[in-house]
Amino acid sequence: MIICTKKMDYRFGTQCQFIQNQVMVNSEKERASLLCMKALANRGRLDTVSQQMASHPQYLESFLRTQHYILYMDGPLPQPYRHYIAIMAAARHHCRYLVSLHSAQFLRVGGDPLWLQGLEAAPPRLQHLDHINKVLAHQPWLTARSHIQALLKTGEQCWSLAELVQAVVLLAHCHSLCSFVFGSGSDSDSTPTPRVHHGTPPGYCLCDAANGNTAFSPPPAGPTEKAPRRRSLDSSCEVACLLEQIKKSQEEIKERKGDRLHSQTLLHADVEKEDEAVFSADPSRFVSDPEFGYQEFARREEDHFQVFRVQDYSWEDHGFSLVNRLYSDIGHLLDERFRSVASLPFPHSPDLKRAIWNYIHCIYGIRYDDYDYGEVNRLLERGLKLYIKAVACFPDARKTPLCPLSWAPVKASDKVHVNLLVMEARLQAELLYALRAITQYMIA
Amino acid sequence: MEKMTRVSTVSGHTMFCHLDAPANAISVCRDATQVVVAGRNIFKIYGLEEDGFTERLNLRVGRKPSLNFSCADVMWHQMEENLLATAATNGAVVTWNLARSCRNKQEQLFTEHKRTVNKVCFHPTEVYMLLSGSQDGFMKCFDLRKKESVSTFSGQSESVRDVQFSIKDYFTFAASFENGNVQLWDIRRPDRYERMFTAHTGPVFCCDWHPEDRGWLATGGRDKMVKVWDMSTNRVKEIYCVQTIASVARVKWRPERRYHLATCSMMVDHNIYVWDVRRPFIPFATFEEHKDVTTGIVWRHQHDPYYLLSGSKDSTLYQHMFKDASRPVDRANPEGLCFGLFGDLAFAAKESLMSGPSSAGDVGRKTYPGGDRRYPIFFFKKPDVREQFAQVSSALSVFESEAGSSVGMDWFINTAQSYLLSGKPFAELCEHNAQVAKRLNRPQESTTWTMLRIMFSEPANPSLSSNHNLNKSGNLPLVNSFSMKEMSAALNERNKENRQDNLHSLETNLNNNDENEETEGSEGQAEYLFGDAELDDDDLYSMEHDNHAAEEPEYLLPQEAFPLRHEIMDHPSAPEPVQERPESPHVSGSETENTCLTSTESFSLISVSQLLFSPHLPPKFFCPIVKEMLCFYAEQGDVQMAVSVLIVLGDRIRKEIDELTQEHWYMSYIDLLQRFELWNVSNEVIKLSTCGPIMCLNQTSTTLHINCSNCKRPMSNKGWICDRCHQCASVCAVCHHVVKGLFVWCQGCSHGGHLEHVMEWLKQSKHCPAGCGHLCEYT
Repeated sequence: MIICTKKMDYRFGTQCQFIQNQVMVNSEKERASLLCMKALANRGRLDTVSQQMASHPQYLESFLRTQHYILYMDGPLPQPYRHYIAIMAAARHHCRYLVSLHSAQFLRVGGDPLWLQGLEAAPPRLQHLDHINKVLAHQPWLTARSHIQALLKTGEQCWSLAELVQAVVLLAHCHSLCSFVFGSGSDSDSTPTPRVHHGTPPGYCLCDAANGNTAFSPPPAGPTEKAPRRRSLDSSCEVACLLEQIKKSQEEIKERKGDRLHSQTLLHADVEKEDEAVFSADPSRFVSDPEFGYQEFARREEDHFQVFRVQDYSWEDHGFSLVNRLYSDIGHLLDERFRSVASLPFPHSPDLKRAIWNYIHCIYGIRYDDYDYGEVNRLLERGLKLYIKAVACFPDARKTPLCPLSWAPVKASDKVHVNLLVMEARLQAELLYALRAITQYMIA
Repeated sequence: MEKMTRVSTVSGHTMFCHLDAPANAISVCRDATQVVVAGRNIFKIYGLEEDGFTERLNLRVGRKPSLNFSCADVMWHQMEENLLATAATNGAVVTWNLARSCRNKQEQLFTEHKRTVNKVCFHPTEVYMLLSGSQDGFMKCFDLRKKESVSTFSGQSESVRDVQFSIKDYFTFAASFENGNVQLWDIRRPDRYERMFTAHTGPVFCCDWHPEDRGWLATGGRDKMVKVWDMSTNRVKEIYCVQTIASVARVKWRPERRYHLATCSMMVDHNIYVWDVRRPFIPFATFEEHKDVTTGIVWRHQHDPYYLLSGSKDSTLYQHMFKDASRPVDRANPEGLCFGLFGDLAFAAKESLMSGPSSAGDVGRKTYPGGDRRYPIFFFKKPDVREQFAQVSSALSVFESEAGSSVGMDWFINTAQSYLLSGKPFAELCEHNAQVAKRLNRPQESTTWTMLRIMFSEPANPSLSSNHNLNKSGNLPLVNSFSMKEMSAALNERNKENRQDNLHSLETNLNNNDENEETEGSEGQAEYLFGDAELDDDDLYSMEHDNHAAEEPEYLLPQEAFPLRHEIMDHPSAPEPVQERPESPHVSGSETENTCLTSTESFSLISVSQLLFSPHLPPKFFCPIVKEMLCFYAEQGDVQMAVSVLIVLGDRIRKEIDELTQEHWYMSYIDLLQRFELWNVSNEVIKLSTCGPIMCLNQTSTTLHINCSNCKRPMSNKGWICDRCHQCASVCAVCHHVVKGLFVWCQGCSHGGHLEHVMEWLKQSKHCPAGCGHLCEYT
C-alpha cells in the first residue's frame, strides 16, 4: 500500500516538474505546445511519450514526423499490417502501453479483430516476421543474410524487399520506442495494476529514479545516501574495473530477475483474473519464444560473431542510401532524427554524449575504431551505465523494475535526454544490422 | 616528347587479382608500375606487369597489427616514389617510407585527429607537405620533417569527407563536408576559409580538381549527383551536373579528356562509370566487373586515358582497359515518347525513321527543326569531333491535341448548360442537343442525337417518305442542317430500316388505312409536303417540324410554338400541358393530332406513347442498339451523354436498362455536375430522373429543426405549438397571432412572423416589429 502511494507521489511529482520545466523554457514552450496541439489534433489524444519529449521540441518535431510517416503515409504495407507489426515489436518487450495503443489503432484502421487474439491468428506472412522481430529486439547481431533470404523467398507468403524494409524500420522504431517508454515510466499509464510491485522485494521503491528531482546528489555520494535500499547491488562496488562491475551487476540483475520471475509465476495466478479484464492488452500473446532475451555481446565475441565496425558500414554512408532507395524519403526523416538528437544541447560535455552513444552501440556489438572505450568508464558513472543498459536491453517492466536503477539526474529533462539517446542509438544499431543483412542479401 | 615516351611504357590488358580482404582505397605510383591497396585488413603493394598483378610488398606487419594499419585512405606521393601516406580509421595519419630497410616501413605517426581520418592528400609539387581531413571536422597540414602538424583548419561544420590540393594553384585546397558544403582554403591562412558554397544536399563524399582547367572542381554526393563547378569567376557556378543512380563515392577526372570523369558508388551499384559531363544522361562507358561496391578508382597514369585501376569490397583489384568497357549508348533506345500536361504527345525518334513520307494521320503534328533555341542546348547540338560520342540526331514531333476537344472539361460544362432535357417535344430536344453537340465539335454525339430523333420520333413520315421514293427531296433539309459525313451513318441506319420496312410496307399501308386516318392523311400529303419542304430550306428545324410546317403552315405553327416557349420559361408547371394538350387534338385537325401527342409525351415523361408509335416502325426494335450505345458512352466515361439520352428518351428506353446501372449513371453525372458547380443542371437532372434513390437526393437535408421559443426545447410535431410547455411558440411579432404557414424571422434578433406582415412592416420601419431595437432587414 505504502509503495502505491509513494508511486502516486512520484508520478504527480514528475508531472509538476514537467510542467514547471515547460514554463521555464518559455520560447521553446510555444513550439512544444504547438507540436502537442498538432499531435492532439491528429490523433485525438496526446500520449505520454510526446509529453515527455516535449521538453526537447526540436527533437519531438522530427520524431512525430517520422512516426507519422511510417505509420500513416505512403508505403508498401497496408495500414493494419503496420500497426500489427508495431504490436509485435512492442510485445517483444512486453510494453503494454504500446501494445494497447497500437491495438486500438489497428482496429481503427480496419484490422481484423481476430488477429488480436494472438500471433497464431495473424496471417502467416506476419508470423514469418516473428523471427527477425525477436532477433532484432534482443540480439540484433544475429541478423543474417539468411533471415532476409528466408523472408523474401517463401513462395506465396513472401515479402517484397520494399515491404520488408518498411517492416524493419517499423520494428526498429517500436523496439527503441519501448526503451523510451520504459525509461520514462510511461508504461505504467496503461497498467492499472502494475505487477512490478507485487514481484518486487519490499526494499525497492519506484520513487528512487525520480528522487533526483528534489535534491542534487553528487554521483559518489548518491549510492551511500541511498545505500540501505541498494545494499545488495552496491556490495560489488570495490572492483576497480567498471566494465567488470557492469558484467557482475548484470549477472546479479539476471539472478534477481530469475528470482523475480519465479515469484512472478507464483503471483501470476493471483492477477490472472484481473488480467482477463485487460485481456486485449496482454502482450505475451504476440510473442513466441518469450525466453529469448538479450545476452552479453562480449561473451559471444569469441564465437563467430564479428564486431560490427562502423567504419565499414555506417548510417551516413551506407544505411541511409539503402533505406532511402527501398523506402523513399524515410532516409531523410531518420537522418533528421539522428541529427537532431545529436544536436540537442547537452548541459554536460559533448564527450559524455558520445560516450553514452558509443556505450549503447558497444552493448549491441557495434564498435568505433576511432573511440577509446576506456573513456566510457571514465565518464559514465556506474549508476548511469546500469540505467542505460537496463533501458536499452531490458525495457521490460516485468523483469527490470526501475527502482534499483540508481542514476539520479539533476533535471528531469536530462533524463529524457538520456532516454532519447538510448532510443536513437538503439534504433540506429538495429537498423545498421538489418540493413547490412539486406545489403549482403542484395550482393549475393 | 617526354610525355610520349612515358605513355609508351604503359601497356597491358584487362586483368584482375584476388586480394585477401576488401579494399578501401588504392593509389598508384608516378611511373604507373605499382599500385598500393589499402583496407581494414590489407595493406599491400602490387606490381603492374604485362600479364597480371604481382604482389611486391606487404606493409601490414606484426602478428596482431594495430588499428593504425586499418586504412580508410591511401596516397602514393607523386614526386617521391618511396613515400606513402595512409589515413587510419582510428584517427591516425601514418607515413610510410619504402626505402626503409626493416620490414616495418612505417615512418611517422600523427595522432592528432580525434576521429577517423577520411582522406589524406600530398601536395602535388611540394615534397614534404601532407594534408588530412577527419571526421572530427578538422583538416591538418603536416610538414613531414616535423613531428606534428604545422597548421590546423577548422571547417566549423561537420565531418570532412575529402581534401584535395589544387593542381594548378600552389596554395589552394578544397575540402568537402558531410553537411553538403565545399570550402576553399589558402594553405597559408588557417584562420578562415576563402570561399564556401553548398554543393549538395547531404554529404559531399568526394571532390577532384580538373587536371588541366584551373577553376574546375568536380564534386560527388550522397544525393546521387556529380557536379562540376567553375571557381574562376567571382561567384562559384555550377556548369555541369550528372545524375547517377546511386550515391557517388569517388570521382576522378579522366586524363587527356577534358570532359570525361569516372565515378563509382558507395552503395548498391557496383559499376564504374565514365561520364562525358556534356552528356549527363547516359554514361560514356561502363565497367561492370566488380561484384561488390567499388571503393577506389584511379587512372593508371596521369597522362594515359586508357587504363583504369579499381579496388573493391569484393576483394579484387582490377585493371580495366578502355577498349573493353561497355558503351551503354550503343544499347540505348533513341526513341522517346511522353505525354504533356495538356494531352500533348511528344515523340522523338531517329531522324532516319522520321524522314519517311508523312502519312495521312499527321494532322496536328509539329516538327521542331534542329537548333530550335527554345529547347535545351544539349537537345540539338553541333557534332563535336572531340566528343567521341556516337552521334544520334533525333527528330522531335509534338502532336498537339486539339483545343476544346480533350483539353480540359470545357465541353462538359458547355454541354451540361446547353443541353435541353425536357420542356420541348422529343424531336426538338434531340434536334437542339444535336446542334449543341455539333457546335462543340463533337460530331459523334451530334449524330447520335440525330439518329435518336429519327429512331424514336414521330414515326410515319420519314420512313414513309422513303417508301415513296422521295428520298432525294426528303433528305434535302437534313443535308442542309448536317454535313454529309455526319449524316451518312444515320442515313445508312435509316436505309437499313427502310429496307426492312419495305417488307412491311404493304401491311403498313393497310394498317394506316384501317386505323389511322391521320397517318393516311399525312401519307397522302406526302408529295405536297416535300414539295413545300424545299421552300423551307433555311429552316434548320427537325423533320417533324418540317412536316408540320408543310402540313398546315398557316395556322398550326404559331399555335404550336407559343405554348412550347412558355413551357421552357416556366418549367415547374410542366404537368399542366398534359391536361391542356389532350384537348388540342380535338380542336385541331386530325392531321395534327399525331404531332401534338408526340410532343405532349416527350415532356410529360409519362408514357402514353405505346399507341402512338405507328406499328410499322416498332421503336422497340432499336432499344437493344440504343442500350448498347448508352453503355458504350458510359464506358467511355461520357456519362453525360448516357444520362442525357436516358432522360430525353424517358420511358422509351428506361425499362431496357436495369435500375442499378441507371442509378449509377445518374450518380456519376450528378457528382460530376456538382464538382463543376453546375448546381442548377444537377438539380434539373435529379428532378427529371426516374430512379427512386436519385429523386430522393432532393429530399435530403430539407428538414429544419426548431426549438420552442419559450422552453428552448426541440419542437416535435407541429411547428407552432410546443408539446412540453403548451405555449404557442411562433407568434407573429406584428399581429400577435400564431403563424401556421410561412414563418419568416430575422437571423439577427430571431423575431419574425407572417411573411406578408413582416414584409410590410419592414417597408415602413427599420426596427424589429417586436420592439427589441434590432435593425432588421428584409431582402
